[in-house]
Amino acid sequence: MTPTTTAAFDESALVEKARAGDAQAFTELVNHYERKIYRLAKHITQNDEDAEDVLQEAFLKAYEHLDGFKGDSKFYTWIVRIAVNEALMKLRKRKGDRTVSLDEPIETGEETVQREIAVWEDNPEQRYSRTEIQQILDEAVEGLKPDFRTVFMLRDIEELSTEETAEALGISIPAVKSRLLRARLALREKLTRQFRRKGEDVFAHL
Amino acid sequence: MLTCKQFLQELNDYLDPSTDPATKCHLEQHVNECPNCFIVVDTTKKTLQIYKGLEPQTIPESVKARLWKALEKKMAARKAQA
Repeated sequence: MTPTTTAAFDESALVEKARAGDAQAFTELVNHYERKIYRLAKHITQNDEDAEDVLQEAFLKAYEHLDGFKGDSKFYTWIVRIAVNEALMKLRKRKGDRTVSLDEPIETGEETVQREIAVWEDNPEQRYSRTEIQQILDEAVEGLKPDFRTVFMLRDIEELSTEETAEALGISIPAVKSRLLRARLALREKLTRQFRRKGEDVFAHL
Repeated sequence: MLTCKQFLQELNDYLDPSTDPATKCHLEQHVNECPNCFIVVDTTKKTLQIYKGLEPQTIPESVKARLWKALEKKMAARKAQA
């Protein structure tokens, strides 16, 4: 995703200043990342109140522990990790620990769902309003299991690497890979139901 | 040739620009010969594109206001300490 940057945004310089006690620099970091962190929190917790708590906790903790930030990863990756931890704690609290453990192996048995094979209508982005698209995409993500949607959010939306995602979630690299695959396929499936070209043989273009 | 199931297991490698050309070429063969997987590849790419193209929405004003209030409080406390 293209960051919503102003040309002047220099993360490491701001972090440096913030660590030296410059509150204004920290304010700029918050301004820059608050929307992404809120979106991440909302997608993981699926609850407005929890998302707000996560947003606050993440930035408050980051501010508090700036000294502990070593600068060997990006500040953004660091704050994402804090937010993910907070969000997963909320999720566990709300749903009871058992259902959302991210360490449990994922079932890899045969897929029973019928795979949806259909070409899409042209440019769905232009056929629906921004709000409609947003809603379709959000609902699709929300329909994923927490394990899958968290990995999808980190890898494909926040664009963390496989290794960073594994580290943030405390799971193995193969687990990140297999969850990402399943998340992508499931989303493709859901969006295809929404955006499939209507009223013609699906193979007509071939 | 790969079966569809085998190909789908490797779909992420196929979509990953950093995958080595030989692996990619091997996977490509399947896509060229299998209309179903061709569509799956195409619509998976589109799925990722549409998600990546979406900017995060703005935060509700009230949520934002409470975030800043909490931060200002923390910053003021830090200042008082120093």
